Amino acid sequence: MDHNLTHRNRKRALKTLHFIVLFLTMSIICIPGLWIVLNSFRPTVEIMAKPPVWNPSFTLEHYRAMFGGAGEGGVPVFSYFRNSLIVSVTSTLIAILIGMSGGYAFARYRFKGKSGYFVGLMLFRAVPGVALSLPLFIVFARLGIIDTHFGLILAYVAMNVPFTIWLTDGFFRQIPKELHEAAEIDGCTRWQAFWRVEFPVARSGVASAAIFAFLTSWNEFALASQLTRSVGSKTMPVGLLDFTAEFTINWGGMCALAVLMIVPALILTFIVQKHLIAGLTFGGVKG
Amino acid sequence: MTEVCLSNVVKDYGKFRAVHGIDLSIQDGEFVVLVGPSGCGKSTTLRMIAGLEDISGGEITIGGRVVNDLPPRERNISMVFQNYALYPHMTVRENLGFSLKIAKADAARIGAAVKEAAEILGLNELMDRKPSELSGGQRQRVAMGRAIVRHPDVFLFDEPLSNLDAKLRTQMRVEIKKLHQRVGNTIIYVTHDQVEAMTLADRIVLMRDGHIVQVGTPLDLFNAPVSTFVATFIGSPPMNLIDGRVTDADTISLAGGPAVPVPVGVRGLVKSGQKIQLGFRADNLMPDGHSVQEGGEMTALDLTVTLTEPLGTETLLFTEVAGTEVQAKMLNPRPVRPGETLKFHLMLDKCHVFDAASSEAIRR
Repeated sequence: MDHNLTHRNRKRALKTLHFIVLFLTMSIICIPGLWIVLNSFRPTVEIMAKPPVWNPSFTLEHYRAMFGGAGEGGVPVFSYFRNSLIVSVTSTLIAILIGMSGGYAFARYRFKGKSGYFVGLMLFRAVPGVALSLPLFIVFARLGIIDTHFGLILAYVAMNVPFTIWLTDGFFRQIPKELHEAAEIDGCTRWQAFWRVEFPVARSGVASAAIFAFLTSWNEFALASQLTRSVGSKTMPVGLLDFTAEFTINWGGMCALAVLMIVPALILTFIVQKHLIAGLTFGGVKG
Repeated sequence: MTEVCLSNVVKDYGKFRAVHGIDLSIQDGEFVVLVGPSGCGKSTTLRMIAGLEDISGGEITIGGRVVNDLPPRERNISMVFQNYALYPHMTVRENLGFSLKIAKADAARIGAAVKEAAEILGLNELMDRKPSELSGGQRQRVAMGRAIVRHPDVFLFDEPLSNLDAKLRTQMRVEIKKLHQRVGNTIIYVTHDQVEAMTLADRIVLMRDGHIVQVGTPLDLFNAPVSTFVATFIGSPPMNLIDGRVTDADTISLAGGPAVPVPVGVRGLVKSGQKIQLGFRADNLMPDGHSVQEGGEMTALDLTVTLTEPLGTETLLFTEVAGTEVQAKMLNPRPVRPGETLKFHLMLDKCHVFDAASSEAIRR
């Protein structure tokens, strides 16, 4: 009886602790995001207020100003958005195509120096992007592709491919090789077997790799800030810098633009999240 | 006519030779089972016939056509895999029709073929389910359905039943045999289970370490094993083997134990002093009063029972002859306590004699 009671109490205590830790973790992750959204709707006075104002007033002033003319604190939001979209979508598509082929090759074929290549790719990930920004800047400047969509896309593809390979390799590895063998016996070429059987089965893996690649490109700041200069190629994260002047920072405007940046990423994640929940595909083999 | 012929087929993995130049010819409509312990090269051989593995040497023909360098899709075969390999993203109907769809058959023909296969295998209720919603036996059936839809020349089965539980395995075994009787195609079937091999095969190919040890009908292998390996692999329980020596032309002295006469069949083939192994099945060592009385040469032994395994119609008795554990079979069983000593009859004319050095059978 006593023993049971202590056991139950301990279980309850553990559960509470579990909840508290989860709550704290989620707070750390969510509160900054929430703060950005809240600040974008507050007058500048309230943003700067110390102590903070807990029941803020609501204003759309920052959004109005942001979309307004250049003299009224406006920034070319649509250009930035378009640049971001072009660069992120294109680089994601290319990175997925290359990365998926690479991942498939690593998962299915045996070739000389395979593990060496693989470790090499991972090491490449370990190099901080910023460290590459100066050499990239010089090379791109020489090639004349600085301040172009193409240059940025190239950089992002290079950045995303190793990770995509690593992720898709894992997914393809989970698919038993008998599936493509069965498809080949059923009359497929190797190529058909991939597109009609293995790719659909690995769809969720490819989708998650795509989301990661897209978000990386969408949010990237360090390289973009070096490789772009004009309205014609600046992406949204770089655009955020427009709100910093020599002596002041327009926090409200920055938050408003940040919200505009977050929204498409959130929408995309929601659309694809069905695929991110893996496991719906398996069962075709012994399970 | 779709015979399958293998001549001097070799498979190397780097320096390791998995299949050592095997020759095998399989008749049209024959059910051939490749059986052997794991790592004996049976699956590799099947995969070479399927075209999933390259052939390192030799020649494989299907229906008179050399297929060495043809991809699987041009060999007109179908295969059932151990893990079924159903396409997880397709329904049963789509799984069944996939091969015809790839072949660009028209919808009506696909529909008819799928319906026919579904009827043969009783899949009608399951057509719109995904593989993940099926039980093991149902998945197995879909895999077989997928194989028969195309009307291939040859069916290949790679240990198709080993993922099923014992009861289902027995049931599916019967279904596979029925399927063969119904469609009559050539079937090559790989298993490590000798019971499957015995029950299904027209002809068994017993392999070991990349070599074919013996080819023959199930009863050939059971009644006339060429070596102790075949003798102990085929049949359940495995054949009893006792070390012995031929003391004179007519007597075998079992190591440190009783002496028995040399079986009539091998008299004159063994030399005095030769080391041999005497082999006999449990059915041929029976306690007095519980055996099938028939003529033939017998010898009596008094043996002490160490363990019993009652199976209903018969009881397996474990005992020792010359320090080696052997099993005997008791028909119309009565309870026997371990430690009891009984008089046994050993049917000498059913005994096999193997040369101890080469493990090969000595036979006329």
